[in-house]
Amino acid sequence: MSGWRKSTAFLTVIAMVSVAAITAGLASAKNSKAGAAAAKADSPGLTIMGFGKGDDVAESRAAIAIKAVGGNVSRPSGSFNDQQFLAAVASGNPPDLVYLDRQKVGSYAAKGAFVPLTSCIKSQKIDMKQYRQAAVNEVTYKNQVYGIPEFYDVRTILVDNNVLDQTNTPIGWLNPAKPAQLLAAAKKMVLISNGKVTRIGFDPKLPEFFPLWAKAYGVDILSKDGLTPHLNDPRAVKALTYAMSLINAQGGWNSFKSFRDTWDFFGSDNQVAKNQVGAWPMEQWYYNVLAGSSPQVKITALQFRNLKNQPINYETGSAWAIPKGAKHPGAACTWMRTMTSTSTWLAAAKNRAALRKAKNQPYTGISTGNAVADQAIYKQTYTSINKFFDETTKKVLDVQRFSFGIPASPASAEFKNAWNDAVTRVLAGQQTPKQALDQAQKEAVAAIKAATK
Amino acid sequence: MATVAASAPGPRVRVRRWASGFRSRETWAAFAFLSPWLFGFVVFTAGPMIASAVLSFTDYSVIGTTHNVGWANYHQMFHDPKVATAMKTTLIYTVMVVPAHVIVALGLAVLLARVGRAAGFFRTVFYLPTMTPAVAVGVLYLLLFNGDFGLINGTIAHFGIHGPYWLIDPNWVKPGIVLMQLWSVGASVVILLAALMGVPQHLYEASAMDGASAWRRFRDVTVPMISPAIFFIVIINTIDALQTFDKVYTAFFNGSTPYGTDASLFYVIYLFQQAFTYYHLGYASALAWGLFLVIAVVTAIQVIGSRRYVYYEGSKK
Repeated sequence: MSGWRKSTAFLTVIAMVSVAAITAGLASAKNSKAGAAAAKADSPGLTIMGFGKGDDVAESRAAIAIKAVGGNVSRPSGSFNDQQFLAAVASGNPPDLVYLDRQKVGSYAAKGAFVPLTSCIKSQKIDMKQYRQAAVNEVTYKNQVYGIPEFYDVRTILVDNNVLDQTNTPIGWLNPAKPAQLLAAAKKMVLISNGKVTRIGFDPKLPEFFPLWAKAYGVDILSKDGLTPHLNDPRAVKALTYAMSLINAQGGWNSFKSFRDTWDFFGSDNQVAKNQVGAWPMEQWYYNVLAGSSPQVKITALQFRNLKNQPINYETGSAWAIPKGAKHPGAACTWMRTMTSTSTWLAAAKNRAALRKAKNQPYTGISTGNAVADQAIYKQTYTSINKFFDETTKKVLDVQRFSFGIPASPASAEFKNAWNDAVTRVLAGQQTPKQALDQAQKEAVAAIKAATK
Repeated sequence: MATVAASAPGPRVRVRRWASGFRSRETWAAFAFLSPWLFGFVVFTAGPMIASAVLSFTDYSVIGTTHNVGWANYHQMFHDPKVATAMKTTLIYTVMVVPAHVIVALGLAVLLARVGRAAGFFRTVFYLPTMTPAVAVGVLYLLLFNGDFGLINGTIAHFGIHGPYWLIDPNWVKPGIVLMQLWSVGASVVILLAALMGVPQHLYEASAMDGASAWRRFRDVTVPMISPAIFFIVIINTIDALQTFDKVYTAFFNGSTPYGTDASLFYVIYLFQQAFTYYHLGYASALAWGLFLVIAVVTAIQVIGSRRYVYYEGSKK
């Protein structure tokens, strides 16, 4: 019994020590955290979320911006993460600056998570006219600017000239303004072997580019104030019906997507190099990928056109915004201005051009939200690659004039999911375009109503 | 009955008895040992659960003012068609995956039990997929199950079967996910193998002497003797299936423009969207409690049902 008591006492001591150690550990962690917090509060540093270490364009601009804000900048790795941001806000320690998708800015602005940049723009004399209007519209909510545009993605129709030549398809047929001809071109270029698609003729890029198709058919899927969806507008239904007909004429969605999923998108055996697709609307950054992975490809860029045969461009991109409660809004403003200024963009472009030249790789330029910078970059840094890439670069610069974006909305995520899910249901054959877009309209209206309550 | 009722101690007596236990050094020792776990439970499990219960009655969105909304979130839950869709998808999947999981795991365990020297090697091989990160499994699934060019359909094509479009056709999405889930059957195999090894050999010998066939021995000796292990696997996998998230999210809902449809919209994916895409954390908390109740009810039914089918050695039945 005595032995039992001794061992019990011994074990109790061990358990107590363990608990004490854990408690001490936690207390020490808390103290060090408190110390770190105190140190942080004292430091003039700038904390940025969503802008971890990036490529040469990001880093060369960041080096200039770090100098401009006086050095002390904290940039945790990784891109913008809603969960992380919400956790930081909930803990009362939001970052000073966030870098995120422009389409998210409106939602956060509506919830009061971001501050309007009126005083920042005024105090730092930021010339808003240098930024592309469509990008500024994306970050403007209730007539107040909440973000500074950064990159600017534009869409052109990327054509594989080899497929065109092999199938004797006239390039003029690849025009959404002439739906019958485009459909004929898709049928002419598609290759189906043993019931499997082995070459896509024309990929309408659904569901991603549904806003572009709707615009081509004459409707903006969201009103300028971001409060009224037009998802089930007859023109949107017609646009989706037509885009679906393109897929159905090329083996149907199942086979179409199965084949598309096999593409080596970023590799040297990409779908253009292997002539696996005739043409499809695509963001401009892919020309840069092609220039690096397969510069020998023969390509053409075409403007996407509406039914009136006018060029249109669906733009998206990133932006900078200052969260409410940021401790260093002044430094954040300086950072945004510096990062997006013409001189900084130009310096980054020159650096990239030099790096590419050193590696004997082609350079296709940078597409920014700053129109003045884009012109300067093209004039001062672009050097000829070959006639195909030279022409596409010119075309990419040209289509930027015809841009539209999705306006800032208090329920941007819900709105996007509503139309994306609708198009996916149509693709999967679960609903007709009308049924799907009617449902999406209801969902979007309810979401916006709830967000503005 | 009256005598029993009269002799039952009152609440005060019960509390006094419980408190008297603390005079014993062993009780303190037990609580001292339990305290790290108790601390973890309070801080990381009970605390968040209570917080989530409170939040489920608010319109909490992290950002902005929080208001008390009463039962509105629960009311919305019952009238949200997406909740019904997601729950239906999850339940159908659970009904499909749990039996499939048990059958495959049991089959493999029986095979492993017969392997002699190399049993350890095969046990490791079968367990290895369990160690694969869920995200990697999700990506692998997209490659293996491609309708026209995937390895699965490529293999069955050799037998003249034109495989379905597992990733796209809404009718085949769930069976495809079930097959993906069977990839990580290894943990259950190990548990069942241990149970199989524990079945007394003399029971087989006796039944063999009585002329029982191999199937009869398996049905009437093996299965009843390992029924507690089977029951454990059923319970754990049912809960796991009702909470399906990571692999399906990676395969169908990741990226800026996902291709997921109602066929792959699982309950927890919808809950996640509400919480971290739309910032409706109050509503998401209500959804979480809804799932908790569903799991509790399903588990209770399984436990009650187990009294009839599960044999515990040494129990009265």
